[in-house]
Amino acid sequence: MNRIVEKEFFSENVVKLVVEAPLIAKARKPGNFVILRVSENGERIPLTIAGADVEKGTITLIAQKVGVSTEKLAALNVGDSLIDLVGPLGKATDIHKVGTVLCCGGGVGVAPLLPIVEGFKKAGNRVVSVLAARSKDLIILEDEVRKWSDEVIVMTDDGSHGRKGLVTQGAEEVILREKIDECIAIGPAIMMKFTSLLTKKYNIPTQASLNAMMVDGTGMCGACRVSVGGKTKFTCVDGPEFDAHQIDFDELMMRLGGYKSEEKEAFEIYNKMLDCKI
Amino acid sequence: MTTYTEYLKERREQEWREELRKKLKGKERTDQPRVHMPEVDPNERVKSQTVEVNLGLGREEAIKEASRCMDCVNPTCIEGCPVGINIPEFIKNIEREEFSLAAKTLKMYNALPAVCGRVCPQEKQCESKCFYTIKLNKPAVAIGYLERFAADWERESGSMDVPQCAPSNGIKVAAVGSGPSSLSFAGDMVKLGYDVTVFEALHEIGGVLKYGIPEFRLPNRMVDVELDILKKMGVKFVTNFIVGRTASFEQLKEEGFKGFFVGSGAGLPRFMNIPGENYNGIMSSNEYLTRVNLMGANNDEFDTPVLRGKNVAVIGGGNTAMDSVRTAKRLGAERAMIVYRRSRVEMPARVEEVKHAEEEGVEFLNLTNPIEYFADEKGRVNKMRLQLMELGEPDASGRRSPVEIPGATQDIDVDLVIVAVGVSPNPLIPASLPDLKVSRWGTIEVNDGMQSSIPVLFAGGDIVRGGATVILAMGDGRNAAKSMHEYLSDQKD
Ligand SMILES: Cc1cc2nc3c(=O)[nH]c(=O)nc-3n(C[C@H](O)[C@H](O)[C@H](O)COP(=O)(O)OP(=O)(O)OC[C@H]3O[C@@H](n4cnc5c(N)ncnc54)[C@H](O)[C@@H]3O)c2cc1C
Ligand code: SF4
Ligand code: FES
Repeated sequence: MNRIVEKEFFSENVVKLVVEAPLIAKARKPGNFVILRVSENGERIPLTIAGADVEKGTITLIAQKVGVSTEKLAALNVGDSLIDLVGPLGKATDIHKVGTVLCCGGGVGVAPLLPIVEGFKKAGNRVVSVLAARSKDLIILEDEVRKWSDEVIVMTDDGSHGRKGLVTQGAEEVILREKIDECIAIGPAIMMKFTSLLTKKYNIPTQASLNAMMVDGTGMCGACRVSVGGKTKFTCVDGPEFDAHQIDFDELMMRLGGYKSEEKEAFEIYNKMLDCKI
Repeated sequence: MTTYTEYLKERREQEWREELRKKLKGKERTDQPRVHMPEVDPNERVKSQTVEVNLGLGREEAIKEASRCMDCVNPTCIEGCPVGINIPEFIKNIEREEFSLAAKTLKMYNALPAVCGRVCPQEKQCESKCFYTIKLNKPAVAIGYLERFAADWERESGSMDVPQCAPSNGIKVAAVGSGPSSLSFAGDMVKLGYDVTVFEALHEIGGVLKYGIPEFRLPNRMVDVELDILKKMGVKFVTNFIVGRTASFEQLKEEGFKGFFVGSGAGLPRFMNIPGENYNGIMSSNEYLTRVNLMGANNDEFDTPVLRGKNVAVIGGGNTAMDSVRTAKRLGAERAMIVYRRSRVEMPARVEEVKHAEEEGVEFLNLTNPIEYFADEKGRVNKMRLQLMELGEPDASGRRSPVEIPGATQDIDVDLVIVAVGVSPNPLIPASLPDLKVSRWGTIEVNDGMQSSIPVLFAGGDIVRGGATVILAMGDGRNAAKSMHEYLSDQKD
């Protein structure tokens, strides 16, 4: 169970894992996520399902190394198994035919975006995708996104791939050029915040998928709470997608920083442990 | 058919009980003081999250305490026990040193006596109806301590045997969730010959017994022993499986499951919706206790972190609040405070937990209610504003309701706040079953036999009652097993 059958590094810090999970593969829908644990003493890590193969009974996960737990995850190899894997969690994306959809993905946010791009395309929409990252090697899944998009615009901060600039610049060009009926934004909180401000200016309905901090992922703890339209919601059961124009992104960013010092400390301990082993 | 009263009378007339009653005069029994539970010193125990506070009665203490019980003609204590344990019989078995029979008597009605002996609110149940309480105005027989003694003795002496199960009938049934309601359901069904699978969403079995109640009050091994026995009896446990998400009820039916018991608990924490409640350093008791009890955040060898605080305020007056505040103390809080809007007498927590909290140096800010939080520039809570309250008229629950003293507020410094103001039913199951009848509060509606509006689906515990108790959850599981068995037997004919 939960065996890793494929592993690929997209960049030094971004890894793709294909994991055996036949039930989840069958039940998952775009927008759903899983929670996994790497080892007996490990944390519960939420990761969006980037894709699934029902026949092979596998799901695809993409993780960025950000702390001890994701570091340990990235250190697993093909043939290893995750000790725990549960899902699919969260509400599925509301995919329907609207006309033209603008899909904006930042960094590893492109991973959860991919099944949504695919879904909207299959539902008969025109899909324009804007992928953004700091530099070329951080742009992931470009070919896969291309497969399901009518057009893909790549933006990098340093101009090492596609055009130089931020996701909002690419997005605004498209908005000024053609009628956009809906927008999806997934990426770092700051990227979603500015994309949301942009689409609000043009009155385009926008969904953002939030990467809140989680523990159980089943609505039991409230670690993942966010303010949407002035009301507290639990990202894991009420989301992860919400009406971006209603989300309090500043609060989200503040909450994401809540465990910074504890995480840093844990990371230092972990690195020391590794040093000892060598 | 004999009624339960007749059965109790017959049991009381057994020769050994007659003899035992004659052994001591009434006054010799009632003159003895109630036994004291030996405890670990408060200064010692606050250093550890896992050292159990109560040490349990020794053999002699237990026998002596058992001899206080009058073996009444009309044992009113039984009326106070939600599952109707034959209390005098188990206690008299302790008095005559038949500890294993005492444990067997308990287990006829209570699948988890080692757990209930530790966590039941005895002072509101059996002990409140004890002859000593109602007629003599003396401290009740320590029924809870004795229950714990018998169960612990059985476990520690290794004489805990695996109950006999009927030959397999090949009928598959499922329990959703692995809290006390599902465990007792599973135990009864496997004894009747069913093929039972328990599905649990988390990575550990036990529900609140594992992720909620801390080890200093209920050691995990108490639960693990019971799980081992259930496994030996043939119950299958599947973790990381959310019924309704990982697979639907329909899919499980296709796989041959004929009956379902939903014991999914009241998992959803409530918040107060006051300004600043989403600042960092403010979390639900579920989050706090889960991080520590389930994820091991108090231990460096585990990866999950938990925020520590110097000045910790816990909002609420229930068991969850006491567990949280005592956990905070154990994680190094200098000030660990209970903020409760009523007064001490209205607190729903077990009396013993309040006593233990006090001994451990917890401060009680009673008759106060938070109305706003403030934070530093990084968003970490650093202050809370309390509204001072006084007691007014009794409300629907019979408790005097707290009313605000106009204009009276107080600010206190806090760097960690745990909100323990109650839970709502877990909506996962109702959301996946549109035909299921639920109440206005989201609890599943059931008949006397715990059967829901969907005939193959039974439910019990907190998902039916809202936040309740371990013993009620366990009783529901038993009741549901009995009626599901009847229902499935009728279906076969
Ligand atoms: C901190 C704390 C202290 C307490 N102290 C006491 C006490 O001292 N005395 C007392 O009597 N009571 C106490 N209680 C209350 C008592 O624990 C509960 O009433 C009791 O555990 C309820 O049991 P249950 O079987 O209904 O469900 P729970 O114990 O709540 O278990 C439900 C389980 O179901 C799982 N689940 C939910 N949905 C699904 C799904 N769809 N698929 C699979 N699994 C699912 C959950 O993950 C959970 O593990 C306390 C509660 C808490 C939180
Ligand atoms: S189960 Fe609870 S109420 Fe019943 S006898 Fe034991 S302690 Fe008392
Ligand atoms: S992660 Fe615990 S409620 Fe959402």
